[in-house]
Amino acid sequence: MSEENQTEAQAVAAPADPFGDRLRAVSGVSHVMLERDERIIAVDRKSLATVMRILRDDPNFAFEQCMDVCGVDWPERAERFDVVYNLLSVTRNDRLRVIVTTDEATPVPSVSEIWPGVTWWEREVFDLFGVSFDGLVDHRRILTDNGFEGHPLRKDFPLTGHVELRYDEEQKRVVYDRVALTQEFRNFDFLSPWEAMNTLPGDEKAVGGGSGS
Amino acid sequence: MSDAIQNGTQEPERRVIDINDRHTVNVGPQHPATHGVLRLIMELEGETVTRADPHIGLLHRGTEKLIEYKSYLQAVPYFDRLDYVSPMCCEHAFALATERLLGVKVPERAQWIRVLFAEITRILNHLLNAVHLALDIGAQSPSLWGYEEREKLLTFHEAVSGARFHANYFRPGGVSKDMPAGLADQIWEWSERFPKFLDDLQNLLNNNRIFRQRLVDIGVISAEDALAMGFSGPNLRASGIAWDLRRAQPYDKYDEVDFDIPVGRHGDSFDRYLVRIREMVESLKIIRQALKAMPEGPIKVQDHKITPPKRADMKRSMEALIHHFKLYTEGYHVPAGSTYTAVEAPKGEFGVYLVADGSNRPYRCKIRATGFSHLQAMNLMSKGHLLADAIAVLGSIDIVFGEVDR
Repeated sequence: MSEENQTEAQAVAAPADPFGDRLRAVSGVSHVMLERDERIIAVDRKSLATVMRILRDDPNFAFEQCMDVCGVDWPERAERFDVVYNLLSVTRNDRLRVIVTTDEATPVPSVSEIWPGVTWWEREVFDLFGVSFDGLVDHRRILTDNGFEGHPLRKDFPLTGHVELRYDEEQKRVVYDRVALTQEFRNFDFLSPWEAMNTLPGDEKAVGGGSGS
Repeated sequence: MSDAIQNGTQEPERRVIDINDRHTVNVGPQHPATHGVLRLIMELEGETVTRADPHIGLLHRGTEKLIEYKSYLQAVPYFDRLDYVSPMCCEHAFALATERLLGVKVPERAQWIRVLFAEITRILNHLLNAVHLALDIGAQSPSLWGYEEREKLLTFHEAVSGARFHANYFRPGGVSKDMPAGLADQIWEWSERFPKFLDDLQNLLNNNRIFRQRLVDIGVISAEDALAMGFSGPNLRASGIAWDLRRAQPYDKYDEVDFDIPVGRHGDSFDRYLVRIREMVESLKIIRQALKAMPEGPIKVQDHKITPPKRADMKRSMEALIHHFKLYTEGYHVPAGSTYTAVEAPKGEFGVYLVADGSNRPYRCKIRATGFSHLQAMNLMSKGHLLADAIAVLGSIDIVFGEVDR
């Protein structure tokens, strides 16, 4: 969530919004917004488990299901990871997105005791992003290979990975090698320089020192 | 035996045999009953399962990472390769998510075509699952019948998209091509014959003694457990919860079609099978309604910044040519924002959490795979059952590894 986005979404949520107010009243919820009719709340990491328990058990919320947990990496931020929970209430027919932020070192409280089905999703976030969960019993990797190093969905992990597999005729088994690219990895940037440039070169002073791009 | 024992003069030596019959058995990853590449570590006591630990990820291809490096249009084919048994429904979720971020409304005809093919895909999926379940527990002929019927449906897939499986047909902004002339009649004709096939299939299986013995009361999951484990789709409905995204949160034209939601009562493997069979009947109803209601008109958004222009236009209009070039090199820029959009895929809720940063590529595209949650409950559902029943449970929850492993 970029800053600009949040303010935009808040402006939308301005009209009377009883459900949003009810969410705001829960302690630990730092931000409530509505984006394209999708309800999003930001929660303090420390109070995540209590908030989640309220969201499941309070009949006003009744989010019986946690459909999905996923990570998003924003490397330029101080707390670079978003952990996003998509909750579903089948009795009230409603969805809610809960977002907490964290960094590489700080664990997020696990909600696998509230929804046992979350265990694998949390394992996945741990595997792909390296976010650890406090209280998650089963902290194994899940999608990547045994002995895999690194967390592939981080933005600083290269698309090609670091190692590749091949069958070694001498050792008669499959071995790992460093990735050898026969051609340099090509990351096409289609962003047109004209569209990104708001001020023409030479106009910086007139516009007030704004940088070109 | 020594003479002394035989004569009864000496007590026979007593041997204590430890009947601790615990084993850990490895099932898979290459085994036809695992429906792909699943490795199951089973802890058994005798033949009873005490713990089942699925190891997944053997088909992990890093789809989500790859999509971050592709334009929105290039990302669509990856969705065919997720749940390869119901490819179009996966595309559907991505197309809807992208449209939501773009804020475009798809023309009527495109919406109906999508509903039509989503339901054809649902029948494709359920057919495969029902007959494979039978195959898993030893009945061979249903699978042969089912494949024949699937072949007819795949012909429809091929007719609209040119490919039997990896259709790449639902695109953000509509569908890629209009249906060829005469296809609607062919589908209608098929829809008249299909109920007969479904009856035959049910005659073969539903009251078959072996089939029932292997499925009834096996792998029972209660409604509470199913909710807590994140179940959705037929597996949730078999536990007695009438929850269907097509009804609850309708997308495209699902709010205009009339269909019932089949619900099971026991949450066992047999109910899951029955719910799928009933759903095929409902899908057939939707298919016929879609064919009737489908208007003429455009099949994609007419904004050529998002969808390609016609070939004929490109021969005459410079602008069309530029649009075509820009679309297939740069793609389109999606406004910054995020959405979680889910569809009722044949297996359950298939969701896409899409984060856009305003560029021509998704910043993050999380795929909420249906089978992931279902497979997680494998331990819960097979505990206390026999090893062979665990295979039946696995068959009944409808797992495809393309989707689980992503």
